[in-house]
Amino acid sequence: MSEVTREAPDSGVGGTRTFRVEMLTRVEGEGRFLLRVKDGEVEEATLTIFEPPRFFEGFLVGRSLFEVPDITARICGICPVTYQMTSAQALERILGIHPTAEIRRLRRLMYCAEWIESHALHVFVLHAPDFLGYHSALEMAKDHGPLVEMALRMKKAGNTLLEILGGRAIHPVSARVGGFTKTPRPRRLKSHLPELEWGLEAAREAVEVLNGLPMLGFEQPYTFVSLDGGSEYPIDWGEQIAVTGREPVPVEEFENVFLETQVPRSPALHARLPDGTPYLTGPMARLSLFPDKLHPLAQEALERTGMAVPVLNPYRSIVVRGVELVQAFADAVDIIREYEGADPPYLEAPLRAGEGMAATEAPRGLQYQRHRIDDAGHILESRIVPPTSQNQARIEADLVGLAQEILPLGDAEATLRCEQLIRAYDPCISCATHFLKLEIERE
Amino acid sequence: MASCSGCQGVLVSCEDELLAIAGAIDIVHFPEASSRLAEEGPFDVVLVEGSISAPEHLEQIKAIRERSAVLVTVGACATSGGIQALRNFGKLEDFADRVYVRPDYLATLETSTPVADHVKVDYELRGCPIAKRQLLELLTAILKGRRPEIRNESLCLACKRYGVVCVMVAHGIPCLGPVTVNGCGAICPSLGRGCYGCFGPKEGANTQALAQRMLDMGIPREEVLRSFRFITGYAEAFREESVRHE
Repeated sequence: MSEVTREAPDSGVGGTRTFRVEMLTRVEGEGRFLLRVKDGEVEEATLTIFEPPRFFEGFLVGRSLFEVPDITARICGICPVTYQMTSAQALERILGIHPTAEIRRLRRLMYCAEWIESHALHVFVLHAPDFLGYHSALEMAKDHGPLVEMALRMKKAGNTLLEILGGRAIHPVSARVGGFTKTPRPRRLKSHLPELEWGLEAAREAVEVLNGLPMLGFEQPYTFVSLDGGSEYPIDWGEQIAVTGREPVPVEEFENVFLETQVPRSPALHARLPDGTPYLTGPMARLSLFPDKLHPLAQEALERTGMAVPVLNPYRSIVVRGVELVQAFADAVDIIREYEGADPPYLEAPLRAGEGMAATEAPRGLQYQRHRIDDAGHILESRIVPPTSQNQARIEADLVGLAQEILPLGDAEATLRCEQLIRAYDPCISCATHFLKLEIERE
Repeated sequence: MASCSGCQGVLVSCEDELLAIAGAIDIVHFPEASSRLAEEGPFDVVLVEGSISAPEHLEQIKAIRERSAVLVTVGACATSGGIQALRNFGKLEDFADRVYVRPDYLATLETSTPVADHVKVDYELRGCPIAKRQLLELLTAILKGRRPEIRNESLCLACKRYGVVCVMVAHGIPCLGPVTVNGCGAICPSLGRGCYGCFGPKEGANTQALAQRMLDMGIPREEVLRSFRFITGYAEAFREESVRHE
């Protein structure tokens, strides 16, 4: 599907070269990209999303708040936990519910399970083939069988944990406003410990493998944005959002600081800071802003890579995800070891009208939700901002930055480097489209 | 088509079986997992995820049908229109206005509909998401040339089989189990909540009797309506039941 067109005779850096991939593969959802370079100058760099919109904020209106977590989960089949849990937190703030410490630990555990599942998939199945020169993990398995088998076993360890906590790995059913419909018996959770302990060791070793992958040297001056998880690495809970070199932003102020603007030549909304700066959320942002909050084992894995922090080379995000796999496994092991049950499984409070916001970290970046309800608990208005739409402006800026680096390369190689760069953000296009302003050029 | 991609995720989540599947079947077009794509076909088996929701889907699904010997729709979106079919019960503008500043730019159909409304479908796998066991059973059956064993039984039978106490009888929690086809293994009642119908109606479901039971339990009519008009709310039996309570 990769296609490179030259609209003028090749004269070294002169003429127009267009790098185009009509269907981005090994990403979640459907998108395409275009990079047009004329006389060494970038004329256009666009990542286009062509999944149809699904109007989630539209049909949330009128639903009961108790239905919201089951609905928002359906925005994304890869990170449903982040959606349903962020919904629950935002709605709990309206009702004044403060979940118990036990419930909060279990929620973090469920995020860890989703991070494990999602990162193992992305790192080894979707992204690693780019670095090792394959079209897919299935092709890669012929030469790197043990690596792919390890990745699938890791992914399964995350999925099994989700099944224990939520009945199934995709669209789990136990999350509710106030906590969980039912919490697992300690014995059931602890039966999964050996597999998670295996995963923790496997992830520590995998970081070294990932660190040895050949990659392009390419750095960008990133403005990073990440949830501030207080004393912990940012995952499941936080009251403010950290921004490189700027004051932290309270979650309630999110919509005043992270602005979505329409760019004339692009169909999608682009999130930027008020001064127009594009920003990046996700693994590189979290690790670069909060390296000292990593679990000691993840910190050790990071140190062994010798990688400088902040991480400014997007191709290195594959190593960062490896470190976060160590983080998620280590956190999960700690939480399960300490778990003695969570009773009551959920808290309740009388319904009341109001508005609540929450932000948490999906595997691929920061997600924000705001919901407003009436006194009977029906949704009046919802706003959901997924990570990929926030990263889109930054992805396009990176493609512009990459243009100079790839011009000396052959067409196929240059196009591959663009694709690999886009995959480095683990874009979740299904998420992004639920709200995108889709504009189709009709010719 | 239009979906959350979770049903493709179920295929990728067959961790123990994935390499064996790839050994038995040539997977020639799977954009989420491979950048080697075969657009042209013909294909022996095609799994279609997502609902018909945008103008280009109408052409695409016809083209896919022409090139496929066996066409399987997977998941609630492809088999019932999915959660995005909630817009079918209102006016598209009402939904679009709430989400988009310039809804006139949207390239979308007025409704979100199941694939079977547009082309002949050979097999349907239900669920939001589909069940791994049913997917593997279907692929195996197609490979072996036999009929897949996927039962049309209500969720209640799964609860009985696993010894799950009935949440409706014991705790007064409304549950769509009696009218929903089993596929998930009754995970919601096992976790102390009512089934919300994500596998859609079983054949011959008596939705009216269940709705009456819910009303008798004191559940407000608007809540009964919403419980049928949910993840698979555009599936015929659930659609008719929710319309009855408008």
